[in-house]
Amino acid sequence: MKEYKTINKIAGPLLFVEKTEPVGYKEFVTVTLSNGETKRGQVLETSKDYVIVQVFEDTQGIDKQTYVHFSGEIIQMPVSGKMLGRVLSGIGTPLDGGRKIIPEDKRDIQGEVINPYSRTLPDEFIQTGISTIDGMNTLVRGQKLPLFSGSGLPHNEIALQIARQATVTGEEESFAVVFCAIGITQEEAKQFINEFERTGALQRGVVFLNLASDPSIERIITPRMALTTAEFLAFDYGYHVLTILTDMTNYCEALLEIGAAREEVPGRRGYPGYLYTDLASIYERAGLIKDKSGSVTQLPILTMPGDDKTHPVPDLSGYITEGQIFVSRNLYRKNVYPPIDVLPSLSRLMNSGIGKGKTRADHKALSDQLYAGYAEGLDLRGLATIVGKDALTSRDQRLLLFADTFEKRFVMQGRDENRSIETTLELGWDILSTLPEDELTRIPGDILEAHYRRETAEDEGD
Amino acid sequence: MEVSLSSYSSNKEPRIYKVAGPVVIVENLNGRMYDVVLVGRNKLMGEVIEIEGNKSIVQVYEDTELIKPDDPVENTGTPLSVELGPGLLTSIYDGIQRPLPLIAEESPFIRRGVAIPALSREKKWTFVATREVGDTVKGGDAIGYVDETANFRHHILVPPYAKGTIREIASGEFTVTDTVCTLEDGTNLTLMQRWPVKKHRPFYDKRWPDTVLVTGQRILDTLFPLAKGGTAAIPGPFGSGKTITQQQLAKWADADVIVYIGCGERGNEMTDVLVEFPELVDPKSGSPLMDRTVLIANTSNMPVAAREASVYTGITIAEYFRDMGYDVALMADSTSRWAEAMREISSRLEELPGEEGYPAYLASRLAEFYERAGRIETLSGGEGSVTVIGAVSPQGGDFSEPVTQNTLRVTKTFWALDAKLANRRHFPAINWLKSYSLYQDQVTPTLERSYPGWVTNMKRLMELLSREDELSEIVQLVGSDALPEDQQMTLEISRMVREYFLQQDAFHDVDTFCPLEKQYMMVNLILTFSDNAYRAIELNKHVNEILDLPSRPMIARMKYERDYEAYSKKVSAQIEKDFNELFGGEEE
Repeated sequence: MKEYKTINKIAGPLLFVEKTEPVGYKEFVTVTLSNGETKRGQVLETSKDYVIVQVFEDTQGIDKQTYVHFSGEIIQMPVSGKMLGRVLSGIGTPLDGGRKIIPEDKRDIQGEVINPYSRTLPDEFIQTGISTIDGMNTLVRGQKLPLFSGSGLPHNEIALQIARQATVTGEEESFAVVFCAIGITQEEAKQFINEFERTGALQRGVVFLNLASDPSIERIITPRMALTTAEFLAFDYGYHVLTILTDMTNYCEALLEIGAAREEVPGRRGYPGYLYTDLASIYERAGLIKDKSGSVTQLPILTMPGDDKTHPVPDLSGYITEGQIFVSRNLYRKNVYPPIDVLPSLSRLMNSGIGKGKTRADHKALSDQLYAGYAEGLDLRGLATIVGKDALTSRDQRLLLFADTFEKRFVMQGRDENRSIETTLELGWDILSTLPEDELTRIPGDILEAHYRRETAEDEGD
Repeated sequence: MEVSLSSYSSNKEPRIYKVAGPVVIVENLNGRMYDVVLVGRNKLMGEVIEIEGNKSIVQVYEDTELIKPDDPVENTGTPLSVELGPGLLTSIYDGIQRPLPLIAEESPFIRRGVAIPALSREKKWTFVATREVGDTVKGGDAIGYVDETANFRHHILVPPYAKGTIREIASGEFTVTDTVCTLEDGTNLTLMQRWPVKKHRPFYDKRWPDTVLVTGQRILDTLFPLAKGGTAAIPGPFGSGKTITQQQLAKWADADVIVYIGCGERGNEMTDVLVEFPELVDPKSGSPLMDRTVLIANTSNMPVAAREASVYTGITIAEYFRDMGYDVALMADSTSRWAEAMREISSRLEELPGEEGYPAYLASRLAEFYERAGRIETLSGGEGSVTVIGAVSPQGGDFSEPVTQNTLRVTKTFWALDAKLANRRHFPAINWLKSYSLYQDQVTPTLERSYPGWVTNMKRLMELLSREDELSEIVQLVGSDALPEDQQMTLEISRMVREYFLQQDAFHDVDTFCPLEKQYMMVNLILTFSDNAYRAIELNKHVNEILDLPSRPMIARMKYERDYEAYSKKVSAQIEKDFNELFGGEEE
């Protein structure tokens, strides 16, 4: 048995163990304190002279007399179909007073890389019932679409509304939610769990909780455990799993902490140079696999420090995820719920999930035109504050009005309002028809002919 | 429990000393720089990147979990090489040229230590010899060909440094490893050859790139053209359409071969390419686009060292096709991920960092890579080209960061993607004021011959757009109503240029590809409208009267017209009619 009492240095979450037999990189480690308490960890670096172990819990109480046991295996977690309905800690121990999970299988929490050749392109439209998402930033099954938010914004409500309302039209299939809390407060976690209990979603969900008070180092493995569970439910049991990860910024802070403890050369703003690669190893664990019936859809939430989207966390996330939904402080202040700013939002897989046979043939053109109109309306809003509304041309005034109507009627909706895609698209045409027909250059003639409401336009023109 | 170091073997075999992520330090290797080594019991592929005393530092292309100190290491004695021969086209490889479809037969996941040859050893190709016994051949000469796909002739070349007189040669059915030709000195030539990826393939001479690479994207071809054999950089923040632009180029650029490298990007995006390309038809040859394409996919969650290799693997394959006399276009999406891979490895080596943690050799590596582009005279006297188009993903969308800046120093075309344009769904979101092409003067003379007035038109468009920019600053202060009528007209005309011409819908059947002739006609229509409009203003007509003319929305619809020639005539006639009526009404 490989067990040693040769710790030479302890720095933050890291133990430097000397004089070992050969130990494998990423081996799973248990640390036994003199009082019998055990902690878990992983090999971060291994050489003939020393081994660096990263402990997942806090290192309080560890001294040079502590035993370090190397398992010879990588970290694996027990998985089972019976995990549905359970609430687990950030490292997988039951928190709900229930029994230990009886494993059906053990899985490597790092996950395996899906061969791009074996993936199926996600193209099944998920109706979230939220117009700004369904109509303009469509979510599809197997996508990873994060919410970019800021502190104090209602991103949790939006995530919950999506989890509650998400359906694939015309299908009754097994649907599950894996919720992963990373360093969020007790209160926030309560909000989620209460809501899951209220709607009965907990029956078909698994909750992993790493709270703000839990050791930050645990955060490195919590999302990986959640995703391993999601993959198991999706690819072994055929569930369509929606995985909510909140808050990814806390995850990145934990990475920064380890990097600093290892005295690594930092990249931008102190974050480790491998932040992109590391985030990719989480976000890329979404999608569909050929010949497997389930899917993993990811809805990570991250708060942008100082609402700054150029901060490394949102920036690198944006380069990996398939779009982003921006939660805007500006709209929130104006009492618009959900305060989703469509302009910087994007769904990269939208085009594969919409159109004839999926949503409607006019969907894309409509969405493009709404974007163009709203963007121009917002520019004019800025201009109107300087020169006054009256100095604008009548065309510009109509666009200005269009932007207001768009926010009030299209963006704004109730917390329990579940709009069908038909409702969303028709609403879009209602609003677009307030603009003159020849302004709508993004829409091919035949679509315009079929959907444009001339009556509305005439009323507006008067 | 105390363990003495003697538990480690003390012989002089190469053994692992240390493992830290993708970086493995090996003792007693006695290798050369860039030799490929097989690490551990699973024989994971790696490459020597530093030697110090009896320790060699190896970067490993696969996940190193459970690799232990004291595990054996084997030196192959050769640098990282790719296999070049029939079977490359339509293939999809990972960063170190392992065929992904074959890996997928075992499992949908990529497992470690898989060793599958890049080119099928079983498949037989029909080789047609074009040289005879007794002929003298040298490196780069074709000895025959294989029709690899319906429309692609794969020439079999003598490897660069071989030469001699042919002793034996035969046409027939061969696998890539069968000997098809033997030289007097006993050298056996096969359909396949190998080449180390970090070394550029030799050529006779570099030539001046002077032919435009037609991409069918209006803003690129008309305003910022790229030459065959040139280099281009597409930097842009996330969501600005880098990948779509790259994919549009891969689909429609008029090159003979496309090498598309997905370097550290999204898995689903690569799948998208894999699903879409076989369905798309090459407008030139009528066969599937996949038939002229080689894909290299190293997704962001694959091992980081292989990301670096993917770029070299791609360019070497591109050079190989170039040597047959073809025009090759290579897209690398994204070179920033490659730079980050360098940064990650460099930080594991504890090298002294340069700017923003990137290694000090970032600039020279980028320069070396882009210098492998070019229009060249091949060793056998033919002509081929490699065009390199690199996407850059600047951190925070800030173009002053090191990767963008170092790329701009070595590329001659700059297509600046702009988040503001993307936000309002103006695609392609290429900023016309920031972008430039230094190939303009080289490629326009040929364009001018086919399309008289091309250069003048282009200059007029650019003038309009920059005038709009100046005017919009004034509008910000006083509102557009306060401008004189002719300036209001300028704003309206430039809006037509932006919306009717520059905007292009990559997802529309017709609009996705716009032939040069159509681009030329569209510009002519807009400028004709513009000339008449200014004349009307001089005759005291109002801007609104002009904007209400029926010909204006007709110009807008031109991009969606398949039969553009007929439509152009129709619009042209309508413009004439509209303005005649406008002027006529006045004169009577």
